[in-house]
Amino acid sequence: MTKKNDITALDEVAGNGLLSRRLLLRGGVAMAGAASTLVATQGASAEPLKEPEWSRYQGTTVEPMGRRSKNEKDTTRILTNPKGEPRTQHARTPHHLLNGQITPNHLHFTILHNGIPDIDPEQHKLVIHGMVKQPIVLSMDRLMRYPMVTRQTFIECGGNSAALFSNEPVQANLQSLHGLVSNAEWTGVPLSAVLDEVGIDPKAKWMLVEGADTAAITRSVPLKKALDDAILVLFQNGERLMAEQGYPVRLLLPGWEGNMNIKYVRRIKIVDQPALTYYEARNYSPLLPDAKAYRFFFVNEVKSFITHPSFGMKLNEPGYYEISGIAYSGAGRIERVQVTADGGKTWADAAVQGPTMHKAFTRFHIPWRWDGKPAVLSSRAVDDGGNIQPLRDDFVRERGVTQKPVTNPFGFPNQHYNSLTSWGINAKGEISHVYA
Amino acid sequence: MSMLEKISFAACVAVALSTSAMADDKNGLGTNVGLGQPITESDIKPWDITILPDGTNLPPGSGTAVVGAKLFLEKGCNACHGEGGTGGSNGAVITDIPLAGRGIEATKTIKNFWGSSTTVFDFIRRAMPWPAPRTLTDDEVYALTAFILEGNKLIPPGTVMDAKSLPQVKMPNKDGFIIKFPDRI
Ligand code: HEC
Repeated sequence: MTKKNDITALDEVAGNGLLSRRLLLRGGVAMAGAASTLVATQGASAEPLKEPEWSRYQGTTVEPMGRRSKNEKDTTRILTNPKGEPRTQHARTPHHLLNGQITPNHLHFTILHNGIPDIDPEQHKLVIHGMVKQPIVLSMDRLMRYPMVTRQTFIECGGNSAALFSNEPVQANLQSLHGLVSNAEWTGVPLSAVLDEVGIDPKAKWMLVEGADTAAITRSVPLKKALDDAILVLFQNGERLMAEQGYPVRLLLPGWEGNMNIKYVRRIKIVDQPALTYYEARNYSPLLPDAKAYRFFFVNEVKSFITHPSFGMKLNEPGYYEISGIAYSGAGRIERVQVTADGGKTWADAAVQGPTMHKAFTRFHIPWRWDGKPAVLSSRAVDDGGNIQPLRDDFVRERGVTQKPVTNPFGFPNQHYNSLTSWGINAKGEISHVYA
Repeated sequence: MSMLEKISFAACVAVALSTSAMADDKNGLGTNVGLGQPITESDIKPWDITILPDGTNLPPGSGTAVVGAKLFLEKGCNACHGEGGTGGSNGAVITDIPLAGRGIEATKTIKNFWGSSTTVFDFIRRAMPWPAPRTLTDDEVYALTAFILEGNKLIPPGTVMDAKSLPQVKMPNKDGFIIKFPDRI
């Protein structure tokens, strides 16, 4: 019947064994002939089955808070400052150990500049003032009574993937390189509904948003964005916001750099000019090679990376694998993702998981037959605004690279990297980071 | 319609309208939920700490570098920013490192990068000293700001920093920025 090599009969759609994404579609596998050979078995026959030990006795008792399997204890975030020394703390999402599109709440990335504040929701207040007819203050009780909306969106730190500004490849795993982005379903009050109430002066152009955290983080946000799709978020994947995500209320600016999504919001001031606060005046103004800098970058542009397989994993034998990854755009909806297995010589369309959502993670998949020879995998996304994830050479030409190789994958040599991530696979099946 | 349905229906209309209606201020159409409690600007004052680049919202008070230098020690700033603010575990606040010629990983400093002097006052008052932010008096913040600006040779020795003089300080990199997406502002 089916033999190991039958899989080679499948249509290759691009170099180095990329197979048609149609194989993944419903009905596709049932296609007669070549496709059904994907059911092929590899290697020696399996052992006879036995009743396992854990099926014989009553299991452990259910607890109020669910617990994941103890076998998954290593699926955790990487911390940069576990002792809480007086500096910023980062926790990165382990995308190489997750799948699907939603980031579980306890694995969502976070950055805190001066620790997590312990806020009593009954005493927390949100004030809106400045160039308005009537300044108002809202208790959390009152805010909860406004009409709410729910949407999925990613939040990405402006410094996510910054190590890839390195002139040499960076040998670090996906979590280290791209762990400062996550995707959740957020529920809260559209900011426009609350702003409607205060009567904004038509001359106003910006709002200053400030948190109740110790560092009183604050950013200037164009009113255009505030009235477009900003949300005062109260719930994260169905439960109240995690303390480290801004409990009891945070600002959500779908698709815009993480730092602007102010946590613990306590004050919104309507003004006619940006404040040039610390983080916008300094950290989030990315330097260009000629010592000029971009100001008000805001948007996390179209981007994708392959999560499976990725750095640190090993392909144990040639044969069938699925390549899968994450694509997103802060400017819209993912329309197309292409994958290469030959370092960009040829590209094939990946299957894009629908329904795709604006400014949210979109998972892509493509079947692949690895022939055991060196390969270079990479992905490239396009959004519905026609924005294309830039190739490395084009990106570097505009945005520059470091003069010395980056040795610390957690450092921030620059901001807003959205070019490709390439994984080099050697004949042993080991995976390293490469530039293709 | 029950009362509750009416309320949530009105609210939906408010949401739908708000995007287009906001620009020309349709507050008063009765479409908003109206749950905010009125408050006066003077009652908001204790939280209203953000300074704009033109100096808007700078408080009364003043300070000089001589006083600032003493405070820099007394308030423990030197523990994290080095002796005289020239280094330390959390970086120098007084330094002459250039921006040009070092590519994208050049160190951004107050002197070589920041576009507005008001950011110095705003950030110190808001976030420093790191272990006890918002404990400095406005005079102290002016003095520490003067100390940092004078140390960086951005103001002549002895210049008094106050609400009038601070926004006039010329920052060398003021025009070093390109707005990335002007249409989004
Ligand atoms: C316990 C350590 C600590 C102490 C004490 C401290 N700072 Fe800081 N300072 C920091 C950290 C951390 C940052 C960076 C904050 C960030 O990146 O979010 C910083 C940043 C700054 C900056 C911005 C510098 C730049 O170029 O980006 C200034 C200005 C500053 N501090 C002034 C002061 C002053 C004035 C004092 C004393 C009143 C002080 N600091 C005390 C830790 C400290």
